Amino acid sequence: MTTIASTGLVCPTPMTSSERIQLGHGSGGKLSAALVREHFLPHFGNEVLAQLGDAATLELPHGRIAVSTDTFVVSPLEFPGGNIGTLAVHGTVNDLAMMGAEPRYLTAGFVLEEGLSFDVLDRIIATMAQAARDADVLLVTGDTKVVERGRADGIYVNTTGIGMLDEVVRPGPHRARPGDAVLVSGQLGRHGMAVMAFREGLAFESAITSDTAALVPLVRLLKEVAGEELRVLRDPTRGGAASALNEIAQASKVGIALDERHLPVPTDVAAACEMLGLDPLYVANEGVLVAFVPAPLAERALAALRAHPLGAHAARIGEVVERHPGMVVLRTGIGGTRVVDMLPGDQLPRIC
Amino acid sequence: MRYLSEYRDPVVARGLVTSIQKTATRRWTMMEVCGGQTHTIVKQGLNELLSDQVEMIHGPGCPVCVTPLEQIDKALALASRPDIIFTSFGDMLRVPGSDCDLQAVRARGGQVRIVYSPLDALQLARANPDKEVVFFAVGFETTAPANAMAVHRAKQLGIRNFSVLVSHVTVPPAMRAILAAPDNRVQAFLAAGHVCTVMGWTEYEPIAAQYKVPIIVTGFEPVDILEGIALAVTQLEEGRHEVENQYVRAVTRQGTVPARSLVEQVFRLADRKWRGIGEIPMSGLVLRDEYAAWDAETKFGVGDMTTEESTECRAGDVLRGQLKPHQCPAFGGKCKPEHPLGAPMVSSEGACAAYYNYGRLRQSEVATR
Repeated sequence: MTTIASTGLVCPTPMTSSERIQLGHGSGGKLSAALVREHFLPHFGNEVLAQLGDAATLELPHGRIAVSTDTFVVSPLEFPGGNIGTLAVHGTVNDLAMMGAEPRYLTAGFVLEEGLSFDVLDRIIATMAQAARDADVLLVTGDTKVVERGRADGIYVNTTGIGMLDEVVRPGPHRARPGDAVLVSGQLGRHGMAVMAFREGLAFESAITSDTAALVPLVRLLKEVAGEELRVLRDPTRGGAASALNEIAQASKVGIALDERHLPVPTDVAAACEMLGLDPLYVANEGVLVAFVPAPLAERALAALRAHPLGAHAARIGEVVERHPGMVVLRTGIGGTRVVDMLPGDQLPRIC
Repeated sequence: MRYLSEYRDPVVARGLVTSIQKTATRRWTMMEVCGGQTHTIVKQGLNELLSDQVEMIHGPGCPVCVTPLEQIDKALALASRPDIIFTSFGDMLRVPGSDCDLQAVRARGGQVRIVYSPLDALQLARANPDKEVVFFAVGFETTAPANAMAVHRAKQLGIRNFSVLVSHVTVPPAMRAILAAPDNRVQAFLAAGHVCTVMGWTEYEPIAAQYKVPIIVTGFEPVDILEGIALAVTQLEEGRHEVENQYVRAVTRQGTVPARSLVEQVFRLADRKWRGIGEIPMSGLVLRDEYAAWDAETKFGVGDMTTEESTECRAGDVLRGQLKPHQCPAFGGKCKPEHPLGAPMVSSEGACAAYYNYGRLRQSEVATR
């Protein structure tokens, strides 16, 4: 016998506009204005943004600027150590910092999915605004759109950043030279494993937290120590340290020799990677930089990094060599060597 | 990490290398059965360290690699159906079928999801009662217990929208097939540690006796493998052929009895095709009749699909130990991880991928020497 559950016939209580994003929030009408006024401005408010003109107007000092844009689509929206908002600030700010630039301004575009809870949105906006303040950047213009439920995954964020380039310090992926030391500013693999563990509901003894952070202070320290000898800076995000180092080896036409014993991989990340059959060298980071400096400057650069809380686990992981140009080679713990290549696609967890 | 770092200890490893070098009076040929072992050997450069004492032939123990093309084609057919959510372990997604792979099916709108356990797939079936959920049950004896458990639970709970596409294979018949071949060169085996964790090693005792080969149950870390090689070399030098257990921290002679009984309850032995090798009698597992309602092949009528394998891919010769991956004419040219001709170039445990990823430097050095 088929029975119809009584709840199936009852109209569910309509959701009030204060609880969830509705299509109307993207209409350009009153709801849109309220969304900006009540949720975005209180957190991001500053003189430039408050004018709410069609475009922000900025006064910049003379010199060259760096511009970078990035779009963020992470799932889950919130994860241990951060959320899509903090990631959107850090990602773009770090891209500017890796050019040796001082990040100044940020724009933000949001695609919101109908039905998104304001609790989540408010948390993301609040932490995003804090991340921008911590990185000394001003959010000067923004945009929101709302799409029908099912047409997006909660929130997508695009940020564009503007930074002032340094007149002297101009790191670039083509500037690595044999004899340079390869440094990393922190532990490898935390962001990728934090997101994966959380997304897949994998429980480990301790929750792995994302390393997401603005790398601006570390770049300032390295610029002080190495000046124009700061040859290469890279934040090894998607594809991990292995992919970033391969790009540098190819751009500079040099070989890179790593020592497995010196890779700062935290035990929980190493254990999670072992379980899933992943290699931490290919796992994403969001608060770590790779820096190349001439070997004589390496120890001073390392000491400067380690003096900052973000760089406490900084390590010298290898060197630039003339042999095997374009290739990254790892000396393993037991004395063998292997090529650390680019991956053809995503790392896939293996069967057994 | 406990139980891991001590088996990667460089001092212990170097001690074992020296000891093997002292014991061996000639060069012996042995096969590591499992793809996980192949990866450690190539990744750590163990075959180079011992090149004068042993030639390692890389065996057929990579579940992804030996899954026949027609099973992949069946998976692709099922995954393309709008009423099916197709679930699989991650590394099956890039294995090429006749015309594409599961990732491509997903891009075309098929519902393909990576799971870490067949029980997650069962959970997905409970959460989506209006969909059919199919799990790709691939692997050796290692993955069989969890797959058996998923089917058993589905029956217990009466979950009818869950089924499995079974492509299970078992190790001992493959070892026999290799040893019985007229051109066999294998003088000793490193047996797959995790297969033996489930099955124990009683099945290997008659093989060691009949073919007079030492069989060493071996783990997966560098020290495990070097210990396994050391035990095998010692037996070969002394003219013994016994089953010995190196992997004592995980394996007992009887294996894991509850897991074995569950596998036996749900599956029965049957003839099975191996990719590149062909059919090996009684080398596969299929669902018993009591569980036929959870068999995706009968449920969706794909059981009759057959596919001819490409002749360009010499995976069969590689898996039988007749050809080293880099000796294949397609290796590194027509066949690369980004566009693989066959499964051994795709799987992280495949011999071809292991050679490609970790061995190119050594080959380029040999070439320029």
